[in-house]
Amino acid sequence: MKLWLARRRYLIDFTLLALARRKTRNLGLLLVYTVLVFMLASVTLYSHALRQEAARVLANSPEVIVQRMVAGRHDLIPPGYIEKIGRIRGVQTREARLWGYYYDAVTRANYTFMVPAQGAPAAGEIVVGPALERSRGLAKSNGISFRSYSGKLHTFVVADVLPQASELVSADLVLMSEESFRAFFDYPAGHYTDIALSVANPLEVRNVALKLAAALPDARPILRDEVLRTYASIFDWREGIVLALLSAAILAFGILAWDKASGLSAEEKREIGILKAIGWETGDVIKMKFWEGLLVSLTAFLLGFVAAYVHVFHFAAALFEPVLKGWAVLYPRFQLTPQIDGLQVATLFFFTVVPYAAAVLVPIWKAAITDPDSVMRW
Amino acid sequence: MLFQPAIIALLLASALCVLALAASAPFAVEVIRRWNIKSGSERQLQLERRTYLFSTLLGFVLALQLAAVLLFVFNAEKMSAMFVGAMCAVGTLNVNAFGFPALNAKIAVFFLAAMWLAINHVDSRARDYPLVRIKYALLLILAPLLAASAWVELQYFLGLKADVITSCCGSLFSEGSPTLAAEASAMKPLPAMWLFYASLGAVIALAAAHGIGGARRAWLAYALAAASAAAFAGTIAGILSFVSLYVYEHPNHHCPFCILKPEYGYQGYLLYLPLFVATAAGLAVGAVQPFARRESLRDIVPAFSRHLATVAANGFALTAAIASVMIWQSRLILLTQ
Repeated sequence: MKLWLARRRYLIDFTLLALARRKTRNLGLLLVYTVLVFMLASVTLYSHALRQEAARVLANSPEVIVQRMVAGRHDLIPPGYIEKIGRIRGVQTREARLWGYYYDAVTRANYTFMVPAQGAPAAGEIVVGPALERSRGLAKSNGISFRSYSGKLHTFVVADVLPQASELVSADLVLMSEESFRAFFDYPAGHYTDIALSVANPLEVRNVALKLAAALPDARPILRDEVLRTYASIFDWREGIVLALLSAAILAFGILAWDKASGLSAEEKREIGILKAIGWETGDVIKMKFWEGLLVSLTAFLLGFVAAYVHVFHFAAALFEPVLKGWAVLYPRFQLTPQIDGLQVATLFFFTVVPYAAAVLVPIWKAAITDPDSVMRW
Repeated sequence: MLFQPAIIALLLASALCVLALAASAPFAVEVIRRWNIKSGSERQLQLERRTYLFSTLLGFVLALQLAAVLLFVFNAEKMSAMFVGAMCAVGTLNVNAFGFPALNAKIAVFFLAAMWLAINHVDSRARDYPLVRIKYALLLILAPLLAASAWVELQYFLGLKADVITSCCGSLFSEGSPTLAAEASAMKPLPAMWLFYASLGAVIALAAAHGIGGARRAWLAYALAAASAAAFAGTIAGILSFVSLYVYEHPNHHCPFCILKPEYGYQGYLLYLPLFVATAAGLAVGAVQPFARRESLRDIVPAFSRHLATVAANGFALTAAIASVMIWQSRLILLTQ
């Protein structure tokens, strides 16, 4: 065992020195390799962080949301509807919610107006989200007017600004009292936007939804798990598309690696020839080249991954943000939580190291079978 | 569902493996037809040189297969969030009929490739390449198996539909469903423990006897290979019927994949990696044994066989030790006097 380890060590030492002798050439390859890992790692790290963020945001949302459908479109919940649901075993609370969208011509953005279940502001007062605070230059106790859809101007006083921490969900949010909401939108009395149900046991959610569908055929229950799954698939799909697009880059890199590995300089050829003349076997040369590839790969992987980490979590993934995140006028500013996932690293390894290894296999063998006499003759 | 990064990576790896073996098939045919070690012709020299390329290629395929098995299970684990009713890898693999066959095929290809590499190793050590024809004939058999495994995997991934309600480990490994895995998990803990420790003890004893005896007895080598396969099955059955219960500290959770999850500190890898390496080494002992009487392999095969037996004995011992530590650390009481 000791002998085996020592042999490996000498081989690695030799390989490192050989690599150092051809600095520019190897640095060029290392650079391209690192950039490739950096790009792919940025994509995977960023989309994984977004997935996690979505899951965290949805963790506090109700398990089931019931919407009423009329002619296949979302409609208001009429008075008495919530009573029709009746008692369903497993449902802890039923809550009718009031919310809506408002297009603000000044910022050319949509806001979400909402009546919170608890702690609603007093009539005539509103609580705004951080993005709104920025775009309209608002501060606490400022007044602001919105022209409602009926054409009337409504003035509100900003009672508070929501904390930055919740920005991903609250960027465009405006909280107000029920009276203000109904007056602003001319909302018919007794009507609500939708109903939120909270279910304690996650295994019961599906049964609750089935019972709902049976009791209210015109209702559409939306489950939190389904929303989560949809988000996960969307981000996976986006990530997959970007990776598929980048596969051209992987292919180009493979060709470059092949080319670099097969274009041996005369000096290198002579070196291999001399090694074989002093007793190295073809297998030994292949082993040396294998270590060379492994060292280059691991270095590039580590450098590229660290660079991608910095890019995603300190510079907000400036390069890939528009494709992966999606777009909105009042997009929330948010800091992603750094997170590394084992599967992502493993997948990344498959995308970079495996193509490299495959590309250099044949050139390595070609180099290793060099005849000593043919390269030392001249 | 093809646009999942890990799925793209797995398909890429499969495609590379199939491509590598497809590229080596014509060469294998040429070797079988034209190989003549006594000739000094240009063609013979070329063939001899090419054997290096193809054994390196096969080594690459083997390493890729091992990594792919791990990534496959890992990915199934992660994707369980996408399927209604799936809570772990079992659910994801059950989404369609190709899931478990794909995993089993991958594992089978891994062991076959390991046996091929063992034969290749002894052959390249000998001066006159005595097994070269056999080796490449075996390669021609391995190639379609690998292609079939890749095909099953592709069918599995193509058939992944996120709206299918799957049954998960709770129902699959619960007592009463008529699958083989269910039968293994339905074993009572006590007989399963006997099977687990007896099969591991037997294979360790055989490997030790084979190694200490200088690997000269043919029957010991074959017995070791058979015992390795049996110990692999016994260990998997043991994991299903009692090791997993101790890890989860739950009397009815029989899943062999959940122990790979971060919730359980990735303990599964500690258990499965030595098991796979040891089984591969044990099977390889049997694979090289038929050639022990060849003139030029008279010393090479026993030496290599001893080495493999050492690896197998240590690997199986490590598996048993890790499983025992898991049981010892657990707070679950499964057996009472």
